[in-house]
Amino acid sequence: MMSFYFSRLVEIYPFFFTGLWMTCKIAFISLFTCTILGFVLGIFRAGDNKILKFIIGIYVAFVRGTPFVVQIFIIFFILPEWGIQLDAFPAALLAMAIMGSAFICEIVAGGINAVPKGQWEAAVSSGLSFVQQLRLVIVPQSMRVILPPLVGQYVLLIKDTSVVSVIGVMELTRVGWVTVVRIPEGLMVFSLVGILYFSISYPLILLSNYLEQRMAVK
Amino acid sequence: MLTDFNFRIIMEYLPLFLGGLKATFFISGVSILLALATGIIACSARISSIKALKYPAIAYIEIIRSTPLLVQIYFLYFGLPTLGLRIPELQTGILALTLNSGAYIAEIIRAGINAVEPGQLEAGVASGLSYLQRMRFIILPQALGVTVPPLLGQAIVLVKDSALLSLISVAELTRAGQIMTSERFMPSEAFFTVAFFYMCIYFVLKALADWSQKRLIFREAY
Repeated sequence: MMSFYFSRLVEIYPFFFTGLWMTCKIAFISLFTCTILGFVLGIFRAGDNKILKFIIGIYVAFVRGTPFVVQIFIIFFILPEWGIQLDAFPAALLAMAIMGSAFICEIVAGGINAVPKGQWEAAVSSGLSFVQQLRLVIVPQSMRVILPPLVGQYVLLIKDTSVVSVIGVMELTRVGWVTVVRIPEGLMVFSLVGILYFSISYPLILLSNYLEQRMAVK
Repeated sequence: MLTDFNFRIIMEYLPLFLGGLKATFFISGVSILLALATGIIACSARISSIKALKYPAIAYIEIIRSTPLLVQIYFLYFGLPTLGLRIPELQTGILALTLNSGAYIAEIIRAGINAVEPGQLEAGVASGLSYLQRMRFIILPQALGVTVPPLLGQAIVLVKDSALLSLISVAELTRAGQIMTSERFMPSEAFFTVAFFYMCIYFVLKALADWSQKRLIFREAY
C-alpha cells in the first residue's frame, strides 16, 4: 500500500515543483518589497519626526501583536467590504509586505539607533546632505548590527509564506494539502513538503549564523 | 467603512470570543510549559559531548527551525493517523506547538549558556566543582537571567502561532472569528475583535518582556 502511494506521489511530482516555484515567487517578491519598505520605515522610526515615529509605532505594534493568519483574513475578507477586490495572489503579496516590513522596520531602527550619536554630528558638520549622511555614514555602520537578524527574518518570512495557503494560493503547503486528500499518506506528503522548505531555509539559516559570528568579531 | 461597525453583533458573539480566548490561553499556557521542558532537554542534549545525544538534538532543532509551523501541524494532523495514532485536534495542536517552540527555546537557552564567560567555567573547574555543581552554582544562575527576555519573546510568538491551530479546527480565538464570519458574514467585526484580543495579550507579554529586559539581566548577570 505504502509503495503504491509512493509511486503515485512520484507520478505527480511536477505538481510539487509548481508549488515550490510559487513559494519562491512569493518569497522573492515579498523579501524585495519588505526590505525596501522596512528600510524606509526603519529610517523614519529612528529619526526625529515624532508624529511619523508614533504612526509607524502603532503600525508595528498592530502587525507584531496579531497573528499573521488573522492579518491575512483581514486583508482578504475585509478589503472587499471597502470596495477593494483582490485576488488571492496579490492579497498574499500585500499581507506579506505589510507583515514583513513591520518586522524589518524594527531591525533597521535598532541598527540605526546603535550607531553612536557622534557619528551623526560628524556627518552633519562635514556638510553632508541627509541622504548622504545615511548612505555614507550611518547605514554602512549599522549594517553590522542589521545584517544577521535581517537574514534571520528572511528565513521567518519564507516560512510564513506557508500561511498564505489559507486563502487558496497554490504554493507548496497548499499543494501538500490538496495532495493529502487524494493520497492519504500524511507523513510522506508533508515530509516531501518539509524537505523542499528545508532546502530553501537551511542555507539561509547557515548564512545567518555565519554573519552573526563574523559581525560579532570587532 | 467603519461607520457601520456593528457592536451589537460583537456583544452577541462575545461568549464565543471569550471561550476562544480561554482556549487560546489554555493552549498557549500548556504549550509554553511543555516547550520549556522540551527545550531544556533538547539543549542539554545539544551541548553534551555524547555524540548519540548531540546529533539527534541538532537534527531536531535544525529541522524544526527550517520548516514552517503550518507544515509541522499538517504533518502531525495528517501523518499521525496513518501511523494508527488517532488523537484529537487539540492534542495534535499542542504537540505541534510544543515541538516547534521547544526547538527555539533550546537555542535561546544555549545562547544564554554561551553568553557566560569561559573564565567562569574555568574558575569552577579550578575550584574542584563537579559538572552538575558548575551548572547549578555558576553557569545557570548567570545564563537564566539573560534568557528571560527572549523566552518571553518566544511566548509572544507562541500565542500568535496558536492561531494556526484554527486551520485544523481547534476551537480557539481565531476559529471563533471564522465561525462568526461564516454564520453572519461580518468579517470586519469578527476579525477586528479577534485582533483586539490578541493585541491585549501581546501588550501584557511585551510589557513583561521589556520589564525583565531592564531588571532581570542586571540583577542576575552583573
